[in-house]
Amino acid sequence: MSGATIARYRRVIPGFGITLGMTLLWLSLIVLIPLAALFLKTTELSLEQFVRIVTSPRVVHALQLSFGLSLAAAAVNLLFGSAVVWALVRYEFPGRRLFDAIVDIPFALPTAVAGIALTNLYAENGWLGRLLAPLGIQIAFTPLGIFVALVFVGLPFVVRTVQPVLEDLEAELEEAAATLGASRLTTIRRVIFPAILPALLTGFALAFARAVGEYGSVIFIAGNLPNVSEIAPLLIVIRLEEFRYADATAIAAVMLVASFLILLAINLLQRWSERRTRGD
Amino acid sequence: MSDQPLALPGYDSRTGYPSGMRAFRTPSMVLRQVKPASDARADPTPMRWAIIGITIAFLTLFVLVPLANVFAQAFSKGLDAYFAAISNPDALAAIELTLIVAAISVGLNLVFGIVAAWAITKYEFAGKSLLITVMDLPFSVSPVIAGLVFVLLFGAQGYLGPWLQAHDIKIIFALPGIVLATVFVTFPFVARELIPLMREQGTLDEEAALSLGASGLRTFFKVTLPNVKWALLYGVLLCNARAMGEFGAVSVVSGHVRGETNTMPLHVEILYNEYQFMAAFAVASLLALLALVTLVAKVMLEGRAAKE
Amino acid sequence: MKIALHEVTRRFGAFTALDNVNLDIHSGELVALLGPSGSGKTTLLRIIAGLDWPDQGEVHFDGEDALSRSVGERNVGFVFQNYALFRHMTVFENVAFGLRARPRRLRPTELEIRSRVKQLLELVQLGPLGERLPTQLSGGQRQRIALARALAIEPRILLLDEPFGALDAKVRKELRRWLRQLHDEIHVTSVFVTHDQEEALELADRVVVLAKGRVQQIGTPDEVYEQPQSAFVHHFIGESLSVPVTIAAGGVHFAGRKLDLDPHGLSDGEASLFIRPYEVTVVPESGSALLNGIVKRVHGFGPARRLEIALQEGDREHFIEVSAPRHEAVGIGQHVGLRPRAYRLFASPADRSPGV
Repeated sequence: MSGATIARYRRVIPGFGITLGMTLLWLSLIVLIPLAALFLKTTELSLEQFVRIVTSPRVVHALQLSFGLSLAAAAVNLLFGSAVVWALVRYEFPGRRLFDAIVDIPFALPTAVAGIALTNLYAENGWLGRLLAPLGIQIAFTPLGIFVALVFVGLPFVVRTVQPVLEDLEAELEEAAATLGASRLTTIRRVIFPAILPALLTGFALAFARAVGEYGSVIFIAGNLPNVSEIAPLLIVIRLEEFRYADATAIAAVMLVASFLILLAINLLQRWSERRTRGD
Repeated sequence: MSDQPLALPGYDSRTGYPSGMRAFRTPSMVLRQVKPASDARADPTPMRWAIIGITIAFLTLFVLVPLANVFAQAFSKGLDAYFAAISNPDALAAIELTLIVAAISVGLNLVFGIVAAWAITKYEFAGKSLLITVMDLPFSVSPVIAGLVFVLLFGAQGYLGPWLQAHDIKIIFALPGIVLATVFVTFPFVARELIPLMREQGTLDEEAALSLGASGLRTFFKVTLPNVKWALLYGVLLCNARAMGEFGAVSVVSGHVRGETNTMPLHVEILYNEYQFMAAFAVASLLALLALVTLVAKVMLEGRAAKE
Repeated sequence: MKIALHEVTRRFGAFTALDNVNLDIHSGELVALLGPSGSGKTTLLRIIAGLDWPDQGEVHFDGEDALSRSVGERNVGFVFQNYALFRHMTVFENVAFGLRARPRRLRPTELEIRSRVKQLLELVQLGPLGERLPTQLSGGQRQRIALARALAIEPRILLLDEPFGALDAKVRKELRRWLRQLHDEIHVTSVFVTHDQEEALELADRVVVLAKGRVQQIGTPDEVYEQPQSAFVHHFIGESLSVPVTIAAGGVHFAGRKLDLDPHGLSDGEASLFIRPYEVTVVPESGSALLNGIVKRVHGFGPARRLEIALQEGDREHFIEVSAPRHEAVGIGQHVGLRPRAYRLFASPADRSPGV
């Protein structure tokens, strides 16, 4: 037999068909089909109905509260997280390793536990609440309490995302800047900061995304008063309990799309800053 | 071989920057000493004190104090009351349910994670990055929405609701629903830990094993698995911690029936809403303990992996 | 066992890694696949092993179609460039792996496995290291374990991918000698890939020179060195001087002058003159029939003295380096003539420089 041609390329490692098949099957069953149900439900509403639900005052307020406070909390985590990661990476101080491990606690701690702990802490007779009451500051059962809870859950994201980048930063970059006469502040501003900016933005985005969807840590400390301290996820749950599936779905759809858009924007921002710092 | 750092989960392979949360740190990082700053990298002393101060204050205030509060409140009425609270029949039922749900979810996602990681890292095929993105979806979805989608499918007024009722199958407000919701939210944990590591290790060892006549399964168990054991264990640990602690998604699909469809986090909520604060914190302290154990295990695993 | 490759072609997208490769390897031979990087030699090796498949062509082991078999079924022993030793297994377990992987019917007993592994470890002179882990071994030791592991399954072919590439020079030389001895003892058909021509010429029974996915020449080391069949082979193996010349009117011309050289039957046109540096006689005066040049530089001293000579062709200068004549003093600026005692002529393609 001459000139035989190999019809198709064979894979060396066995198991492609079955592993990919199982993966796709599992993925469809658990993730894709349920998410499809969500979008299917959304399409059952006419556009007019959808808009009516989504622009009702209570819904608008809940969305504003969720997104607004999440943004604020992520910003606080960006600011303080930067200080934390700088201290953990650059300085030696007693208990540094302990504090390094502590950063992971909000990530590992169940949200309900965090919720009741924070509520108890900031309630009027709690450890911190009773210190703030004389100053006229009330945290529990107000939007301020929600803010505190969101800072808690988003805390690890900025730190852990920036940490490896900062650790891998070559010392020579800073030393070169120093030999060229740059002050410490200038070096930080013009050498270090641009290098960690993409990681900072990613951490911010992750903290924000986490905060927007947060439920367990928040519903205990929030007052859950409609139009005052009611977060969007809670409103979804309430609508579900009322069997108003369409309303719940509409709010969820808005949340998903808005989060997606904001994350996309941050992603683009991040890539832009990467390109600038890398000089592509 | 031994001087290659573990690949980091969640890194964008294109840019090398993190594309997601990195909780598992490389051995080289864990073992890296903070180098004494050379003159060129030294910060002015007031700045150092300020930043260290801010760090300690921030972490203490926002993390340590709430955590300490859990245990303080749990034991506020003494040891006897504590043990009574956690051995209460409803509490025990909640613990049992949590353990069952976690065991099933972790088991399923362990198998899935391994299979998916193998499919993604050992072969080239079109649509791979789309697949990875879709796999990450549960990560970015609010837990409440995770519960919502299952209610939309299986709830009384859901798409399959009438069919399920006709056949007397209960999913929502029963164990299967809770398991489904938990599986959804813990879906990517194992795969996310395995994929970067397996990607970095490549296919060379497997090719060697196959050339020596080993079957695919033998190659996987004897060659691939030992190479990823620490990352796998860590993924399982994370998956378990999340499965046991999940609140939002489970809250939506559970019926909140005490003693029957309450997991530990839900039980904590019920107790708290009934003003049984000490009992609520007692059960919560068990979950907090789980979190601490997970973190300790993580540190140990990182150390082990570093030694290899 | 014989290996026959027929018109094997492999493309990666727009890049052709192997282009119609034909090759016959005799049973018991030690063959070197020699070529620069990108020549396709590793791809060819992997295709023989079953770690890759050609887009076209056939591969036969003893007349049977090898391409219908998976890598495990072909019973080849493959030694990887970076050894691919299983780092969680001891040396013993690594070597025993192939034996233990056999299906139950064909598997030897544990006792037999143990004795066979011991035998192999003795063969590679690493007997006492059975309980060590690969990370505890040196590069040379790991290489020998990888070989022992491949030999354990009694392969019909042994395939080695740049086996000594990752080792330093001294270890490399020792292992080379050792591998040749091993081959003489066990006589398994072996194919190894290398970019080091010294290695190929020293070790192999036959050398296959590859460039850009094509076979340039197949022959014994002597043949490939003494009788290169193309400009590439002449240039790649051993040292070469090359000078662009023109064939016209039955003579060889350089810089407009006719040289006292036989055109070796080449037709008119552009050609390259290839000479080994030690096969040139340098004479102090220039003559019209010789290659003429001016000494530009003198390197070294004593028997290793070499002259750098510039040959003028129009407004271009060609630099060549030759051994200096022992009995004559030749200085910088001196006009010299070069008379090749042996040379080859190859018709040139469009560009006038050799090599790929």
